[in-house]
Amino acid sequence: MALLEISRLHKKFGGLHAVNDVSFNVEHGAIKAVIGPNGAGKTTLFNLITGTLAASAGAVQFKGENIQGRKPHQIAACGIARTFQNIKLFHGMTALENIMVGRHLRSRAGFMASMLRLPWSRQEEQKIRGKAMELLELLEIAAYADVDATSLAFGQQRAVEFARALALEPALLLLDEPAAGLNMHETAEIGRLIARIRDLGITVLLVEHDMSLVMEISDEIVVLSFGQKIAEDVPAAIQDNPEVIKVYLGE
Amino acid sequence: MKKLLPLAALVLIVVTVQIITEWTDTRFYLTQLTMSAYYALLIIGLCVVMGYAGQISLGHAGFFAIGGYLSAALTTHNLVAYQNSALIRMLDGLGVLVSGQDIYGDALIAVTPWAACAVAVVSAAVIAWILGIPVLKLKGHYLAMATLGFGIITYRIVLASEYFGEADGISEVPAFQLLPGLAVSGDFGAREENYYIAWGLLIIGMILLRNLIDSRVGRALRSIHGSEEAAASSGVDTARFKLQVFVLSAVFAAVAGVFLTHYNGGIGPSESGVMKSVRYVAIVAVGGMAHLWGAMIMGVILNFLSLRGVFGSYDDAVFGLILIVVMLFAPNGILSLNWRGYAYMIFRLATARKQSGGKTDGPA
Repeated sequence: MALLEISRLHKKFGGLHAVNDVSFNVEHGAIKAVIGPNGAGKTTLFNLITGTLAASAGAVQFKGENIQGRKPHQIAACGIARTFQNIKLFHGMTALENIMVGRHLRSRAGFMASMLRLPWSRQEEQKIRGKAMELLELLEIAAYADVDATSLAFGQQRAVEFARALALEPALLLLDEPAAGLNMHETAEIGRLIARIRDLGITVLLVEHDMSLVMEISDEIVVLSFGQKIAEDVPAAIQDNPEVIKVYLGE
Repeated sequence: MKKLLPLAALVLIVVTVQIITEWTDTRFYLTQLTMSAYYALLIIGLCVVMGYAGQISLGHAGFFAIGGYLSAALTTHNLVAYQNSALIRMLDGLGVLVSGQDIYGDALIAVTPWAACAVAVVSAAVIAWILGIPVLKLKGHYLAMATLGFGIITYRIVLASEYFGEADGISEVPAFQLLPGLAVSGDFGAREENYYIAWGLLIIGMILLRNLIDSRVGRALRSIHGSEEAAASSGVDTARFKLQVFVLSAVFAAVAGVFLTHYNGGIGPSESGVMKSVRYVAIVAVGGMAHLWGAMIMGVILNFLSLRGVFGSYDDAVFGLILIVVMLFAPNGILSLNWRGYAYMIFRLATARKQSGGKTDGPA
């Protein structure tokens, strides 16, 4: 059984089939990429998996359970974390606090325990802080722990977002264009980071435009065009696939 | 430790102010300071909803009124006519009723202030919860309008209902005996103790909310403000947290309403008016939105000035003006302005003038 099984997923916006009958699996421990020209339905696909959008038809199975129709926070609780194409950090909060939000599901203090600062909730708070610091160090941004997250440089903001997603200790990490807006050096860095995340035992599904990155790190690639899957194969085969070349370069 | 410092300073200031009024024989100020503390209690609750969770409410005077009016009505309405009914006898058995005489010397049976307070606060919480479920799905302007609607409904209900005294409101509300020897009442002899009750309550409120903001729940609330989508992706049940914080702030408002009503000995419809809600929102904005201390300080200062009659009959106009000026010149609240910079600039200007003045007066 694959970790994530997408079967005949369909999303209509009015008359537009943004995602049209798409099926594929993501195996445990794999790095899988979804590529395709602009408007191919990649981000819509992500939003369907994470519950931000409701599918018109089809199913998303995670660890054998159908998660289609659940709310985003419930899907996060299943073990799916994500980053956003246009980075979404929490303004007015430090980098550290942003990552601490990622520990939400791994802690339980409610209104009463928080307001009364009960001893167990203080201990829990220490653990949250410790784990968030660990992640800041893993991503080499520990120096910016107490800086307002939205005032950081672009690359650092992306790192904070990665750390926040990793703080969930997810089984599956969805990365929406992790290299967007990064230079070649930073893109290579992100590639190494994604490989390291996989080594931590986290399965990765990413949407990406940067072909060099995708070809280098992916185990398998799914190609979407106008909402439909036109190819699914290993990187080398995708590069030689005439259908894919046609979509990208025209005839 | 560092976080305890402002609270310790606040306690010190509260005590100092009381001692000064004693020395200078200006104890009458304590009355308005007591009332301001209760209004500030509502305002810090609203500050968490607005500033931290990012959800506007233009209906908080409604929750204040629910607290104040229910506790006033329950403790003043005479149940003598129903004294033989099973319900009244059962309530009497539970010890939530008190018998006495009204001002004309007739027999009076009413609900005890403690029981009335519990009913009032729980009612406000339940109403906030029922209102919040559909309304908190809205965002921005739409949420503002929906909560405004709630405020208007509350206002019209207390104004129209005979039970709540129509335009006259409810008076003759008895003292609220908190502990033996400690009562919320407007007696001149109890001015000091009431000042400390109000400020004690406000300080407890500040401690609770400050703890909340700096916790797992507080971060979840602030993350909702930052990006609801990213908060949900991080596992925050955004709808639930918004609802819970809305109910919490309604409880703060209702508690303030209950205490202030017992302190004033009554409540009138203006307390539930929309202008009151607007005023509370304006004060949170002046305080700096996501700034608990700013909201509290401004809540006390502005309410104190208003209650002293400094703004005269232009009271509401002044709050409107404050809102405009703050939005234009200090959208992050007036405490966030660069006061040290201004002080330095004024100092430099003053010394520069003195220097140039020295030159003209010099032996030229």
